[in-house]
Amino acid sequence: MTDTAAPAARPRRRLPLHALGPLLALIALIILGASLNSNFLSAGNVTNVLARSAFIGIIAVGMTFVITAGGIDLSVGSMAAFVAGVMIMAMNAMIPALGIGVPLILAGMLVALAAGLAAGLVNGFLISKVGIEAFIVTLGSMGIYRSLTTWLADGGTLSLDYEARTFYRPVYYDGLFGIAWPIIVFALVAILGELAMRKTPFGRHCAALGANEQVAKYSAVKVDRVRMATYVLLGGLVGLATIMYVPRLGSASGSTGVLWELEAIAAVIIGGTVLKGGSGRVWGTVVGVLILSLIDNILNLASIVSPYLNGAIQGVIVILAVVLQREGKSAD
Amino acid sequence: MKRRDIFKGTALALVLAATPAFAQDTKVIGVAIPSATHGFMGGLNYHAQAAIERLEATYPSLDFVLATAGDAGKMVNDIEDMVATRNISALVVLPFESEPLTAPVQAVKDAGIWVTVVDRGLSVEGIEDLYVAGDNTGFGRVAGEYFAEALKEGDNIVVLRGIPTTLDNERVDAFTAAIDGTGINVLDMQHGNWNRDDAFNVMQDFLSKYDDIDAVWAADDDMATGALEAISQAGRDGEMWVVGGAGMKQIIKRMMDGDPMLPVNVTYPPAQIATAIELTALGQVSPTPVSGRFIIGSQRITPENAEQFYFPDSPF
Repeated sequence: MTDTAAPAARPRRRLPLHALGPLLALIALIILGASLNSNFLSAGNVTNVLARSAFIGIIAVGMTFVITAGGIDLSVGSMAAFVAGVMIMAMNAMIPALGIGVPLILAGMLVALAAGLAAGLVNGFLISKVGIEAFIVTLGSMGIYRSLTTWLADGGTLSLDYEARTFYRPVYYDGLFGIAWPIIVFALVAILGELAMRKTPFGRHCAALGANEQVAKYSAVKVDRVRMATYVLLGGLVGLATIMYVPRLGSASGSTGVLWELEAIAAVIIGGTVLKGGSGRVWGTVVGVLILSLIDNILNLASIVSPYLNGAIQGVIVILAVVLQREGKSAD
Repeated sequence: MKRRDIFKGTALALVLAATPAFAQDTKVIGVAIPSATHGFMGGLNYHAQAAIERLEATYPSLDFVLATAGDAGKMVNDIEDMVATRNISALVVLPFESEPLTAPVQAVKDAGIWVTVVDRGLSVEGIEDLYVAGDNTGFGRVAGEYFAEALKEGDNIVVLRGIPTTLDNERVDAFTAAIDGTGINVLDMQHGNWNRDDAFNVMQDFLSKYDDIDAVWAADDDMATGALEAISQAGRDGEMWVVGGAGMKQIIKRMMDGDPMLPVNVTYPPAQIATAIELTALGQVSPTPVSGRFIIGSQRITPENAEQFYFPDSPF
């Protein structure tokens, strides 16, 4: 605990080479992809990759704050499935009252945001007020949300009413000036997240809390409140990601969002945030998310190796991206 | 034999103490299946419950214990509990995994209890009295035969595979064998893991990669749902058709409505659990011989016969 405090104060000073590690890995992947397949840089493919990164990306931005503050949240994948299920059921139930139109969509979005915030609040309350280990609380809620979703769906799939879905569909597939909505929302969340992390007291408090809780407490940081806020923020972002997810396939089931939590955490760590907390980099998280989805995309486009090995290649690249940073760090 | 008698004695004492009103010749059948974590298992759970309700109404002398498990360890515990506390005279089990369940089911068999194994076999042959399963080879072959009939030489297809397992290999090998020699070009095969989102992503990438695709073997209706969405996003609806599998109700409904992108489907019925429970019950209440193997053929569903495969109340 005590020895993490000293290095934690340092990294903000400059943007040294090791911080660029993930960015270099991303650029290398883009060059690799472009050389393997001429369609890789086509507008269609770039849109596909960015739009499908948006769900994990939006969640990972929130996860950056949680991890920076020294916490962890394993429940986000299940939470996304649960929020999607609740949103779909609520929208189906409101069709007779609201009809199919903008009010129905807005009401559905409100439900999703409220459900996400509430789920985050429960996690945050148990962790910061009751004082249970974050790993245990969110491991528990991971199981709870996953089985609640299966239960709500009766073991099958919850599907949004066909006409409501047709009306809602453009939220995933259309966009502004040719840029799809999920990409726009992801970009906004990332920019606001980066600003909040660097320029606001909240961001500094998160880092202080993650670096050394005692010191933060004596420096008049309201530790409990900051910690709770990170989980609520993450819950809200899960709700937002769900709002973008539901119009894509219009359904949710027990297998929705499986392993999203690990992808989000991996993206945060690849991006240079320290798993122990104390220092966070939102832009790095965005790079991490893009690296993860590009690997999948390139493997599908290239099919150079047996698909059985896709997981192995993914693992190697993830480790390499982090090794790049480590080497820079020790040379620092 | 001794162990069996001990079980019988304790269980009988329990039964007598707890429910003295019960007739002594009530037979209990234990059913152990994986919990409803995805569409197919959801359907399986639904059909298991429906079959049990039906049979309890038909045969008052039969009692059922249904246990669902999220992993192999829990399933073993469930089975041990059934034997120890409920004095089951028959067990219907869909092994969560073959290896870990083999020894516990063998122990049940050694206690003199009838064993019916469903879908996934045990790793040692000859334990079960009755084996009921879908036909994975047939599943791939029936789909492949349709591709061979409907496509011409030189047409291009892509394949979405399931989670890498022997089951998936059997299906894909049979499919490949069925289209062998027809000149149909398999552009690519990737794993969509029987998952909508994964299939959506893989199909998007196939569409970026290949300009000319004539048909898709999605091998599963969840994957077909994801693939169809990716195709319509790319605006290539008219260019290709998709064959899924297992007969999910939403897909069957679209076939009944005559969707040109879904020409056929292949059954792999989750209702096979009902077949297993019914046959086991029949063997318990009557001298009807029910031991052996019962393989449920994979049938081709077409828009004309789709109605008989449509179960609107099932979650799958």
